[in-house]
Amino acid sequence: MRKILLTLVLLAVLSGCAASNGGNSSGGADSGANAYIQNKGSDTVVNLALAWAEKYQDVRPEVRISVTGGGSGTGIAALIEGTVDIANASRAIKAEEREEAADNGIEAVEHIIARDAIAVIVHPDNPVNELSLLEISGIFRGEINNWSEVGGEDRPIVRVSRETNSGTHVYFLESVIRLGSSEDKSIFSADTLLLPSSEGIISEVRDNPNAIGYDGLGYVIPEVKVLGVSKELDGPAIMPSVDTVNTGDYPISRDLYMYTPATVSDAVETYLAWIYSEEAQAIVKELGFVPVR
Amino acid sequence: MQRRNITRNEWIITLIIKISGYSSILFVSLIFIFLMREGLPALGDVPAASLFGERWYPIEGYYSIWPLLFGSLVVTIGAILLAIPLGVGTSVYISEVAHPTIKAILKPLIEVLAGLPSVVLGFLGIQVAVPFLRRALDLPTGLTAFSGAVLLAMIATPTIVSITEDALNTVPSAYRQAALAVGATQWQTIWGVTLPAARSGVLTAVMLGVGRAIGETMAVMMVTGNAAVLPHGLNAFFLPVRTMTATIASEMGEVANGSPHYHVLFFIGIFLFVLSLVINILASSVSLRSKKRAERVLS
Repeated sequence: MRKILLTLVLLAVLSGCAASNGGNSSGGADSGANAYIQNKGSDTVVNLALAWAEKYQDVRPEVRISVTGGGSGTGIAALIEGTVDIANASRAIKAEEREEAADNGIEAVEHIIARDAIAVIVHPDNPVNELSLLEISGIFRGEINNWSEVGGEDRPIVRVSRETNSGTHVYFLESVIRLGSSEDKSIFSADTLLLPSSEGIISEVRDNPNAIGYDGLGYVIPEVKVLGVSKELDGPAIMPSVDTVNTGDYPISRDLYMYTPATVSDAVETYLAWIYSEEAQAIVKELGFVPVR
Repeated sequence: MQRRNITRNEWIITLIIKISGYSSILFVSLIFIFLMREGLPALGDVPAASLFGERWYPIEGYYSIWPLLFGSLVVTIGAILLAIPLGVGTSVYISEVAHPTIKAILKPLIEVLAGLPSVVLGFLGIQVAVPFLRRALDLPTGLTAFSGAVLLAMIATPTIVSITEDALNTVPSAYRQAALAVGATQWQTIWGVTLPAARSGVLTAVMLGVGRAIGETMAVMMVTGNAAVLPHGLNAFFLPVRTMTATIASEMGEVANGSPHYHVLFFIGIFLFVLSLVINILASSVSLRSKKRAERVLS
């Protein structure tokens, strides 16, 4: 059923472009022909996917990629329905979603395409070098209000965060403030500064010795101090880096995924292979994420 | 024949002018209807306890407008307290005291200041004013209502200056000459005669300055820290705030059309609309009343 659909889509695209080589079936298609890739899902991944699609135009101008956001759930739902070729997700597919896909005859294949790590940053003069997840959670909930409570100087703590519409904000809320518990309904302390951009956060933390902030690892500049983070109160503190993120030791990081059906067109396959190339993974770094290789 | 042409042209021009005149009524009422249609459903979507609660955190369903309203008021009042003395002082200096050469330099400079995009002022604020205020006043952070007020004062001052200066220029020079003739000093003439005679113009200037300040978005968003805190006392002036305009600007882009959050943002828009309406009505009623008094003095 899906193959027929894909063929129909391809045919429609081909006839629309008035291409000469018809009879292009998804089975033995020559990947040089005009191809069309539907890519949908996570709003965290959407900028990365867009940057990739744009760059891919230089590599393979004949392949057209349409990228839309909407959220991880939307993307996976579309994959289950068979309306997209690639679904983007900032979380792993759920067991029930996998079953639903199987009921529709689609086996969802997982590709980890990048990782997203959040660095906790302070002013370089701040003597604090490491914090546990629990302490960071306490600070941003508004329970810890002075640096002396976590081994620093007697200074008020100024919390700095991205705006609520940022994916990083939501991820930090869920995995750090609530420590990953879905029953926990605590939120950011009311006096948390909500700044509209990464630059705003970096510039406040760079200038203000009272501030603590967080941002995507790729956005952090040397003028701010990155804190080591430990999972347990007495556990070893891990500094975020490409290595510690890729081994999974650094606690505030997550994988970013693309899901495809088991059988894909040649265009999708070459696109996915390109995503793991050096050129494509360099874009990952540019956008503040962690490359997988 | 020609005469008829002239009458017809006259008729067309009058019609065009009439339409432009009435169009403002049309636009204002259309905006009002649109705001009401999109904003009022918030009252049904969101329980009143949330709408008039304590916190603004829309992604978890906290929709209290109080912190935002207080934020806007604190920043605007602060800006006006700073801008009135500065603005009126500058215009008195330009129109009553300054040497014509200095006046010729100052006036265009102030007009340049009026044309400066507020984002540029915001950059200046975030790079210069914010770190300076934190160190000078020993605050936890420089991103405060006060920083916003300082920037807004810089934005409102040129408006106040140019309108106040116009008002001072319309005061007949006979007033000043009479005051000086009976032995008043220059300061006594300005404070006791010229300024009171131009009062309606000065008040209009201040009201327009307020309007400029309360509607300003970008500069405020960059320097006030955007923390939606309910103020507890006077030190709120030196703490971060979140204004209504900054909230609408930063959240409208991401919100799902027709969701409760969307309606609440329009509801805030209604608040802003009504607030500026009240300011304008106050301004015009004040200037009308003073005009009558001035006429009484003249007669």
